[in-house]
Amino acid sequence: MGEAIVITSGKGGVGKTTTSANIGTALALQGKKVCLVDTDIGLRNLDVVMGLENRIIYDLVDVIEKRCKTHQALVKDKRFDGLLYLLPAAQTVDKSAVNAEQMKELIEELKQDYDYVIIDCPAGIEQGYKNAVSGADKAIVVTTPEVSAVRDADRIIGLLEKEKHMEPPKLIVNRIRNHMMKSGDMLDLDEITQHLSIELIGIVADDEEVIRASNHGEPIALNPNSKASIAYRNIARRILGESIPLQSLENQNQGVFSKLKKFFGVR
Amino acid sequence: MKKRQNVTIKGTKGGLVLQLDDNCSYEELKKELDQKLSANQLSKEDRHLIPVRVDVGNRYITEDQREELKNLIRQKKNLVVEEIESNVITIDEALRLKQETEVITVSRIVRSGQVLRVPGDLLLIGDVNPGGTVIAGGNIFIMGVLKGIAHAGCFGNEKAVIAASSMKPSQLRIAEQINRAPDEVEKKENREMECAYIDENQQIIIDRLQALIHLRPSLTRLEGGH
Repeated sequence: MGEAIVITSGKGGVGKTTTSANIGTALALQGKKVCLVDTDIGLRNLDVVMGLENRIIYDLVDVIEKRCKTHQALVKDKRFDGLLYLLPAAQTVDKSAVNAEQMKELIEELKQDYDYVIIDCPAGIEQGYKNAVSGADKAIVVTTPEVSAVRDADRIIGLLEKEKHMEPPKLIVNRIRNHMMKSGDMLDLDEITQHLSIELIGIVADDEEVIRASNHGEPIALNPNSKASIAYRNIARRILGESIPLQSLENQNQGVFSKLKKFFGVR
Repeated sequence: MKKRQNVTIKGTKGGLVLQLDDNCSYEELKKELDQKLSANQLSKEDRHLIPVRVDVGNRYITEDQREELKNLIRQKKNLVVEEIESNVITIDEALRLKQETEVITVSRIVRSGQVLRVPGDLLLIGDVNPGGTVIAGGNIFIMGVLKGIAHAGCFGNEKAVIAASSMKPSQLRIAEQINRAPDEVEKKENREMECAYIDENQQIIIDRLQALIHLRPSLTRLEGGH
């Protein structure tokens, strides 16, 4: 029996789908059997990021409405030998096509066969969010170092804390631009973690490679040389229970390295 | 054997004390009170108003009965009812009193979109994040950072105060008064251990915490001690 992790944020465009794809990929790289579930019904794009779009035959709504068996709808990722699957969202209907109870049943079913079920949550706090959260055991909240994203993350954390069936959510700070954080133009990490006061499970630097990779339908986590890739792999290992220190943000500009050491030494 | 008196009148330095028996019926009591006060003639020349305290013991008297007793006594000569004391209140009243005076301790973070509401005083161990709201019928004490909205004395108590370890509110409300954060953020000003209260000009003032010692002595609930 595996566990279901929902990736959520409240605000749109902070990188939920990218994070879902990459955490899923990184977990599969660690040899875990992973199923990605796209719950953004009507606006699916996890399949595009994973490069699996043209293999979709059935989707999540087909499964829920029993037009096909669950395994028929799952799209296998050929890059992993039967370790990574995707359950795509439907594109033709909207979020009200599914309710929380049905979603919970589906996730329960998937948990029997997979080590990890990663649920990509839509933006917002309406039906789509409720569906995505209903079956999850854990939650990861993605935010960026912007006031608006942090505000929405705070709202979402408040809602998640009310879900009694879930563990306390964990935090990923995405798209960190180190030079802006240092100059004070972006919220710094301490500020964000203190404000939200939940456990930080990973930080991901803003990396053009991420955009390039997702446009090619290849999650960045497959590329071992990128910083963002290492960040996602580290997050996956932390999910598996390893304790890995946070990645330093300053590999490029070595000059101020000592300053940074001081910054992370506190953790 | 002579029946025990239902109404006992005692004279004290501060006026009269009427002790009313709490075992007889209310009607009986009224009748006897009427008789006693009529019979007990005080010198007519004595024009001084005499304050009277009424002690009804372990009898519950309703608001109507209270009025009735007051009227009854007032009609007699120059007596003024100062107060009517009873050892008994209803459970509802007791609960309400308890809620209003109780300090409710809450340990959590009030996040964006959340509202925390208590009837009495609130002691919050944690922060109020921007977009979060705390509302109390009494005072609000926050042992954390106040970055959202705090509304003290929400039923109209203008004596209510708001205190926080770190005061960075988006809005403060006390009773009917509203005060919002200045649009220009001051440079790293020390906003620690501060309180907010309504001054004599009906303005919400933010001051250091210690100001409350003189402004709101009623905050002290400890009786006795040194």
